[in-house]
Amino acid sequence: MGTPAIEIVDVAKTFGDQTGATEALRGVSLSVDAGEFVSIIGPSGCGKSTLLRIVGDLVPPDSGVARVNGKSPRQARLDRDYGIVFQTPVLYDWRTVLENVQLPLELAGRSRQEREARPRALLRLVDLEAFARHFPWQLSGGMQQRVSIARALALEPSILLMDEPFGALDEMTRDRLNLELLRVWQESGATALFVTHSIAEAVFLSSRVVVMSPRPGTIDRVVDIDLPRPRTDRMRADPRFFELVTTVREALRGDPAVAGGDDSGRSP
Amino acid sequence: MRRVRAYGPPALVLVAVIAVWEAVVFIFSIEFYLLPAPHVIVRSLRENYPVLIEAARYTFAEAIIGYFAGCGGGILAAMVASRSPQFADLVLPYAVASASVPIVALAPLAIVWFGVAQGSKIAIVTLMTFFPTFISTLRGLLSAPPAALELMRSCAATDRQIFLKLTLPHSLPMMFTALRACTTLAMIGAVVSEFFGGPVKSLGVYIKSTASLFQTRQAWSAILVTCALGLLFYFAVALAERLALPGRAQRAEI
Amino acid sequence: MSETAGAARADRAEASRRRRGALAVIGAVVVIWEGSKALFAIPRYKLPHLYEILADFFREGAGGERWFTIMAQNAGVTALESLIGFVLGGAIGFILAIGFAHSRLLERGLLPYVVASQTVPVLAIAPMVVVWLGTSWFSKAVIAAYLTFFPVTVNMARGLRAIDPDALALMRALAATSRQVFVKLRFPTSLPYLFTALRISATASVIGAIVGELPVGSRFGMGVVIINAAQYYNWQPANLWAAILVSALIGIVFYHAVAFVERLVSWRPVASTT
Repeated sequence: MGTPAIEIVDVAKTFGDQTGATEALRGVSLSVDAGEFVSIIGPSGCGKSTLLRIVGDLVPPDSGVARVNGKSPRQARLDRDYGIVFQTPVLYDWRTVLENVQLPLELAGRSRQEREARPRALLRLVDLEAFARHFPWQLSGGMQQRVSIARALALEPSILLMDEPFGALDEMTRDRLNLELLRVWQESGATALFVTHSIAEAVFLSSRVVVMSPRPGTIDRVVDIDLPRPRTDRMRADPRFFELVTTVREALRGDPAVAGGDDSGRSP
Repeated sequence: MRRVRAYGPPALVLVAVIAVWEAVVFIFSIEFYLLPAPHVIVRSLRENYPVLIEAARYTFAEAIIGYFAGCGGGILAAMVASRSPQFADLVLPYAVASASVPIVALAPLAIVWFGVAQGSKIAIVTLMTFFPTFISTLRGLLSAPPAALELMRSCAATDRQIFLKLTLPHSLPMMFTALRACTTLAMIGAVVSEFFGGPVKSLGVYIKSTASLFQTRQAWSAILVTCALGLLFYFAVALAERLALPGRAQRAEI
Repeated sequence: MSETAGAARADRAEASRRRRGALAVIGAVVVIWEGSKALFAIPRYKLPHLYEILADFFREGAGGERWFTIMAQNAGVTALESLIGFVLGGAIGFILAIGFAHSRLLERGLLPYVVASQTVPVLAIAPMVVVWLGTSWFSKAVIAAYLTFFPVTVNMARGLRAIDPDALALMRALAATSRQVFVKLRFPTSLPYLFTALRISATASVIGAIVGELPVGSRFGMGVVIINAAQYYNWQPANLWAAILVSALIGIVFYHAVAFVERLVSWRPVASTT
């Protein structure tokens, strides 16, 4: 087993201004082993994005300890241990698709040879090699996100942080990209921390689903997903899949005794 | 506390500039006709107050009449053009192209046609303010979101109702942006046209003649009056905008 | 969305339509001009015939040269003054905007004045500048620089600040240095804003140069030509019209030159309307 890839101990974070403070996170502890795929799910304001950003050293915690690959998040960031994907593709309009994937390599001062070869390989991995010379605005939303994922893998990170990367896409594209993400993830061998709104997506992708609740943001439950890998589309129709989805849904509702009912009211 | 943060630094800069200005003039004994000290300018302002006020009134009349004529004309023309998007498409590039023409250069011709008095300057100001207002208002009128239009039509709204309740209000922000910018254009048009020729009791001619005679104190005081006038004009329109468009936190976006 | 044969054909049709439209407009201008002259019996001194204006270029001036040459020389002087001022003002505005991006204190102290100066008839100071710096080309260039500097600073500062927060977070996640963030993110994002300002400033520089040539003592430039033509208007009305036409042309050419450079540098199709 060894040291966990990501370790969060009793982390708290409060955002405040003159009008009032919001406790985004309180007493959150989580441990993710190397190579695991863990999803974080919860309603708005439960702090899941904040948690991800603390791991990525984009937001400092008020208290508690976070360790990434045994180091402080800051050190992990400076060592470029992780790649990140946001909900919007955040591609640069003035760079071609290929140049966008080259960006991390440029910033890290990698050799010219590596700067040429690796992005092409990554684009091949996400099936977009034909669009290398296109500009981001010429691609669909789903394609842009695939480029974004390719870019996140540019420096061969041991950790992948993803903040609702497929949130803006339609369901069919989302299902397809789920499969592609799993394939890419398996090839990279990275540890994945994935924030999402979609229960089905969380269950489909992960080995564990972390359910959070808001005000203050805390971890309610962690659901183990014992579905076999590699995951296939057919598994979505599996009875075990439905059971797990229901378990997560009940955990989200916070009342395990309630079954069925209309869950479309669950606010995103 | 936030106010201090916002107004503190600029106020400090102003005080610093005036202090340094006075110091430099004093230390280097700069001749008054080259660079008058601030207090000398203020004194000159007080002394020449009546002359300056009259000149200001004269010039401002040109600016404001031309402003209303040009902006009013621009708004009306935009309303007419918005009825036919094809016509708008045809006319818009030429209106935009006019931004690349130094309209002020037409001032001497305006003098030939309208004489050396206010009429020629009003003509120039009208021309200068017409195009930006036309372009912005037209864009605003044509920019109503299609979904909102469909909503109006689903309520069986008449053309007139759609115009008054959707198209027009929607165009106001863009229109006001142009109206604010045109205050400056109007002032520039009036003053610079006067550079090309005008009666002595106008700000432009006053500045030009006092400058050429090295009466720099008077020139500077007139420049100050011109700038103050421009600022007041701008803020008056900005105030009108805030009244017309309540609830739109209008940051001074210029 | 890549170019197909159909799209190229549509572009050509559009271009030819625009050319026909331009010809139609020129035709309309000729008709209206000469038409109103005939209809309203506008005297020659108020509205010369179009061909008279054209003929003026071939007339011989006092020194024996054709007016065409005289206009060209003076236009060149004005154009050069504008260009130097434009480049100078643009550079200073650019540097100041970067300064603002780095120091919030500097920005809070100075930006209000830069913004306020856009509401103020800055050109009023032109005669003063000529008094200080003399009647050589330098004072004109300074006026042009002055007019360019303000919109460039304001727009560039706005562009440098208008960064997508996620894009900044990405740079931070990639452990980019501030210099890298500036060169690879802030600067490219602010380019469209910069060019908007440059297009405005192009015309402003030309106006500034001409206005700088108005005070007594200047010897070269379109401003001088205009003043002289205005003085002798009753003898040769067409001359003033010709001078103004040339001045307008300088402004238009300058503007389109900047728009052309913008199109070269841009990565997206730039709308030809602002």
